Amino acid sequence: MRRYSGDISLVLGGAAGMGVQTVEALLVQVLKREGYHVFASKEYMSRIRGGSNSTEIRVTDKKKGAFVKRIDFLFAMDKDVIPHLEGRISKETIVLGEREKICATAKECHVIDIPFTRFANELGNPLYTSTVAVGAALGILRADEGFFEQYLREHFARKGEEVVKKNIEAAKKGYVFGKHIAYHEGIEVRLAKSKAVENEILIDGTEALGLGVLAAGCNYISSYPMSPGTGLLTFLADHSKGFGVVIDQAEDEIAAINQGLGAWYAGARAIVTTSGGGFDLMVEGVSLSGIIETPMVVHIGQRPGPATGLPTRTEQADLNLVLYAGHGEFPRAVFAPGTPEEAFLVSQQAFFIANKYQTPVFILTDQYFLDSVRSIPKDRLQKIKSENFIIETRTDYKRYSITESGVSPRGVPGYGQGLVGIDSDEHDEEAHITESAEMRVAMHEKRLRKMKGIRAKSLLPTEIGDVSHADTIIVSWGSNRGVVEEALEILKQDNLAGLHFHQVYPLPERTKKLLTKKKIVVLENNFGGQFANLLKLEYGIKVADNILKYDGDPFSVEEVVAKLRQM
Amino acid sequence: MLDKKIYDMPRGTDMAWCPGCGNFPILNIVKMALAELDIKPQDAVICSGIGQAAKTPHYLRVNYFNGLHGRALPPAIAIKVANPRLTVIAESGDGDTYGEGGNHFIHTIRRNPDITNIVHDNMIYGLTKGQASPTSEKGLKNPIQRDGVIVDQFNPLAVALSLDATFVARAFTGDILQSKEIIKAAILHKGYALVDVFQPCVVYNKQNTYQWFKDKGYYVDASHDKTDKMKALVLAFDLERLALGVIYQREGKPTYETLVREGSTPLYEKGFDTGALEKLIGTYK
Repeated sequence: MRRYSGDISLVLGGAAGMGVQTVEALLVQVLKREGYHVFASKEYMSRIRGGSNSTEIRVTDKKKGAFVKRIDFLFAMDKDVIPHLEGRISKETIVLGEREKICATAKECHVIDIPFTRFANELGNPLYTSTVAVGAALGILRADEGFFEQYLREHFARKGEEVVKKNIEAAKKGYVFGKHIAYHEGIEVRLAKSKAVENEILIDGTEALGLGVLAAGCNYISSYPMSPGTGLLTFLADHSKGFGVVIDQAEDEIAAINQGLGAWYAGARAIVTTSGGGFDLMVEGVSLSGIIETPMVVHIGQRPGPATGLPTRTEQADLNLVLYAGHGEFPRAVFAPGTPEEAFLVSQQAFFIANKYQTPVFILTDQYFLDSVRSIPKDRLQKIKSENFIIETRTDYKRYSITESGVSPRGVPGYGQGLVGIDSDEHDEEAHITESAEMRVAMHEKRLRKMKGIRAKSLLPTEIGDVSHADTIIVSWGSNRGVVEEALEILKQDNLAGLHFHQVYPLPERTKKLLTKKKIVVLENNFGGQFANLLKLEYGIKVADNILKYDGDPFSVEEVVAKLRQM
Repeated sequence: MLDKKIYDMPRGTDMAWCPGCGNFPILNIVKMALAELDIKPQDAVICSGIGQAAKTPHYLRVNYFNGLHGRALPPAIAIKVANPRLTVIAESGDGDTYGEGGNHFIHTIRRNPDITNIVHDNMIYGLTKGQASPTSEKGLKNPIQRDGVIVDQFNPLAVALSLDATFVARAFTGDILQSKEIIKAAILHKGYALVDVFQPCVVYNKQNTYQWFKDKGYYVDASHDKTDKMKALVLAFDLERLALGVIYQREGKPTYETLVREGSTPLYEKGFDTGALEKLIGTYK
């Protein structure tokens, strides 16, 4: 008898173009509607067809937001899956699939044979293989039969009655077979359902970010495609008509950010999206944003570098890049969401800060975060009131009037009687070139004074557990919130707590006292401990230990638990 | 017609150009063209990059975006899209536009936004002290190529024509009235308009002087069919006799801002529809 209770990990593996994505999309929807918590993350190769990719779907009683190394059920589509996932397959892993397709050698290949193709062919089309697989998975989990029927009916409705009928049949064949396997192999899955989950929404990182960007009133994007930042461009393109968003595919990243700045200058709200390599090209525009005091929001979906690096994998090594990008000194802010709710929130906050303080603001995500899907209650998407800081100019308008806060009221060309000039040279209040040392000092200090206001508005980190009473604090940022939450929950130690930052620069002054006289351990996906170094710099505190990972994969719950136990 | 003086800067404004520089007549021409077309300073934006030519917007009263080297065009496109009611002019030198900004030059033409691109072409780098520009003639001796330029000259007119630019013209600062008419026609043209303006650099370019341009240049006459692209290309490729005037113009090609958005309401006037967001979130299941 094999019993699974409360938490299972189901992995789908196959080559690109084999339908892994289709199975995942159907399965997470059906499971969520059944009332199970789901969290799905994926890893894939940088190619259009072939290779070996996989998706992990965690089906749980309680909300989880992290990747586990363990595989309970592996649905393999071809021979490459088992070698590709070798390090994660254990004696406990149940491998399912078509024996002759997935076993390289007949020996030492313990799989439960499911004739996906035969079932699909019986229905007249190998395309139904994916739906058979969905059915089999649901059969093993003993999901409610009525539920998936209803969902498949909705999902395939626009493809016609015949397709609906065949897909339901395919799923049923798989389902019956799955139940049969469960019985024969003595598999028993116990998962409590939750009524609340049924009404939640399934959302991935890119969508949450995109919805936040729309909520912020973004109406202009100019970008050049680069994984994993492209998703946001595609998302906004999908909704450009409904929300009046101008979509421009730029000739290069340099054009993208310079267009973005032109758009803001003329009164639009623009964003650019890219990854580290594309951002390298944008850096001159970041510096420009700093001196012309024109807002800019930049999204960077991180992936491992240097240069092309691992194009489809994950990392958090571009923090230093955005902290120091651009020559000269100017204010900036950096956000890094760890959940869809945070992504929705910080993308609005990024626009707010950029708009109010007229400076570049960055949103740092990564491949793992952007591609991960989970269910959340709809009302957790918190809307920030969007403000318009544009003023109508008078004839005596000066774009760079010196003010105490450092913020000069921002006019736009064509609105009012004044003229609006901006200049990349050091300039006077009217934006004309100056080489006066006094004016340089006055302007430079004016710009940098804005940092005080930006810092005062810094978002407070999220406390995981009882931070004030714990001795050791596990600090994380961006996509690592879920893994720290789960590891601490497993360890259940009163002396251990976590602190997760979704704004990583500037850091809020209030948080410093939470971290003093504690043992600080910083967990992040890079080699150098970039956020740990920033903490030292910002708070002047010591960091006792770093937990680092830079192999292109996200942290697994198991490895974080093991590392924390070692300490 | 407006009074040209409304574009004048206050007396005593320090100008960074050398005495006798061809930038002065261009500045004057632009002011005259704007005045004659009744374009108020508030309704015009000049985008520029870096270099002596790119300082132009500091010497006349209009809105301006004096950005980075080579990047006059991307903000110009975005400004026109964000507020199509503005008259947008991108104005920079030959190095800025054809060298550092070469990729933007190509792809701006492909987009065909309704902007005017005035390129001060003196066939040399001035501000960096006399190095070769993309439009420098082969053989021109300079501080870097001591024996003369060894690579081929960039041909902006031919490149623009081959990319289906809808307005391609060449002017010469030695003739203010004709140049003004060319620039007016460029501003009135619906679509991307390139005006490459010959402008002698009296300090560094001793080869392509006022006299050199006078000897080589000639205006296309009334018999020139400016809708004939192949004829225009023949003129563009002729480097012995330099054709001046509107060499090519094509009406009716949709402009970029009409393709990527609806209407011409400035984007800052557009309100935010919370209902649409709620509705979109509502589609998530």
